[in-house]
Amino acid sequence: MGGGSALIAIDRIFLHERTGAAALNSMASANRAVVDPTRVFAVMDHIVDTRPGRGDKTMMPGGDTFITETRAACHAAGITLFDVNDPDQGITHVISPELGIVLPGCTLVAPDSHTCTQGAFGALAWGIGSSEAEHAMATGTLRVAKPKTMRVTFSGKLTARVTAKDMILHLLADYGAGGGKGYVVEFAGEAITALDMEARMTLCNMATELAAFSGIIAPDAATLDYLKGRRYVPDPLPDWGDLRSDDGALFDCEINIDASAIEPMVSWGTSPSHSISLLGTVPDNADVKALAYMGLTTGQRLADLAIDVAFIGSCTNSRISDLRRAATLVKSKKVAEGVLALVIPGSSSVKRAAEAEGLDKIFTDAGFEWRESGCSLCFFAGGESFPPGSRVISSTNRNFEGRQGPGIRTHIASPEVVAASAIAGKITVP
Amino acid sequence: MKPFTMLTSIVAPLPRDNVDTDAIIPSREMTSTSKTGLADGLFAPWRYINSAARTPNPNFVLNQPEYHGAQILASGANFGCGSSREHAVWALAEYGISCVIAESFAPIFYNNCIRNGIAPIALPRTVIGTLAGGAATVDLAAQTVNEHAFDIEAEAKMMLLEGLDAIDLTLKHRDATAAWQARDRAARPWIYLEKHP
Ligand code: SF4
Repeated sequence: MGGGSALIAIDRIFLHERTGAAALNSMASANRAVVDPTRVFAVMDHIVDTRPGRGDKTMMPGGDTFITETRAACHAAGITLFDVNDPDQGITHVISPELGIVLPGCTLVAPDSHTCTQGAFGALAWGIGSSEAEHAMATGTLRVAKPKTMRVTFSGKLTARVTAKDMILHLLADYGAGGGKGYVVEFAGEAITALDMEARMTLCNMATELAAFSGIIAPDAATLDYLKGRRYVPDPLPDWGDLRSDDGALFDCEINIDASAIEPMVSWGTSPSHSISLLGTVPDNADVKALAYMGLTTGQRLADLAIDVAFIGSCTNSRISDLRRAATLVKSKKVAEGVLALVIPGSSSVKRAAEAEGLDKIFTDAGFEWRESGCSLCFFAGGESFPPGSRVISSTNRNFEGRQGPGIRTHIASPEVVAASAIAGKITVP
Repeated sequence: MKPFTMLTSIVAPLPRDNVDTDAIIPSREMTSTSKTGLADGLFAPWRYINSAARTPNPNFVLNQPEYHGAQILASGANFGCGSSREHAVWALAEYGISCVIAESFAPIFYNNCIRNGIAPIALPRTVIGTLAGGAATVDLAAQTVNEHAFDIEAEAKMMLLEGLDAIDLTLKHRDATAAWQARDRAARPWIYLEKHP
């Protein structure tokens, strides 16, 4: 294309109700058709209600318009839609892998910044804006300037109770919210290959918090095992060849991290890079605005800080393995008095699987709410939020000012930390 | 799309790093499926003391009389990070901001600017400090803001200068992409799907 950019074929496109209707309606009004609707998917996840017995009505004022207009636009364009009460409904980045829509070596885009989650399968998956979504649907391509490459090698082994969430928060704390700006970040090394697919997704999910173009992990036997037999995965599995960086490949930037030195992490401020070890204290050079918003002071310990809400959900940490690990920590225990605790499964199929194992019962017996799948309280859509001023320990990915509602103070951490904190009523090492 | 060539305006300073798209336009301000009606929600968390009642916060830069009508915003590093919502750019454009000068930009936000005729200009922090609060002239063809030169990718520059729609540009290559796809279908048949059962 000249100017350093190339036209890239886009293999898979995913839409959601937050922006799906806007993109499809804008295309329709420009008389542009979706070039291959069989490779475009849509799901209701961002605004959809997560309370039992849900329909199109949501707590967000006017939210039903987004749902009904997206539904109509998807039907008109012939796009496969996982609707509100479809058994396959769920958060985009949870259901796309579940259904085998993302495949190694493919390109996948969605108008959502956490699309990088799906790089865990060795796909080039990245978030785009609405105009680019229209471009991808109308032409089957995107104009992309070749991103720079970075490799982050996690050598050694994680210690017990340290998770993929802690790995990425550790990286963010060290390299900052712009630390991967514009790079495709390959995560590699012994501690990465040792992760199961769901943990790899948690890690890649937050590549966008580094301002990366995307995150990616080379597919291996674990990847193929996960994908085999899923609905959109070819059977038999094709020969995907050797999809990995060449030995001796040169990266624009290389980072090495000793996995054995990573500790359970928690965020103190209003950027995911404002994170520290759970045993540490708020740094002396902490951003003043962030501290004021969070109601903290430098040198303060986060462990033992009282919480109002414990939230397990989001495309980062709401898959079945996340729920299993959290459940073991709340089994036969009770949520602390005065703490609101919720679990929002990442997909309707995760919810069914959890119920089949009795995880829902473990959570509800402990005093957690157990809901339908969706993005839910991961972000504030204008309707449901936590009680004003709440301090929330959350398994989500963003702790921006107001992210979970006006004035809400979000601390992000692994689902284990959230579960243990719910029981203790304060931020706790699991 | 309106071409962006030359712009002279007072530069409104927003000296913060990591201005995220939730701050530029909070989700609750995106109340319709259209690309318009967003200007009132721009920077709502900072611009209003009470968002619901729209009580202006006199300390916020765009509420100060000297910055009324500012078309250039100057900020810090990693501007536009967070959610991919293009509404952030639509809100800026509708409000009247045509150029954002920042130390760096989040990648999705940057692309969204180009697609909507807003010039995202990266300059060093020290230069931004000297521009903020004064009048500046952006000359995209010459790649300068006042006497300071900046870099911009050639295609992004061309699209802004000519107000080109990227889809129409790409559709000119329709024959080449169709031919590529025919070859790809043979090489990677698993990419191509039938209609969902
Ligand atoms: S769960 Fe949260 S971060 Fe993930 S897609 Fe939904 S709103 Fe975005």
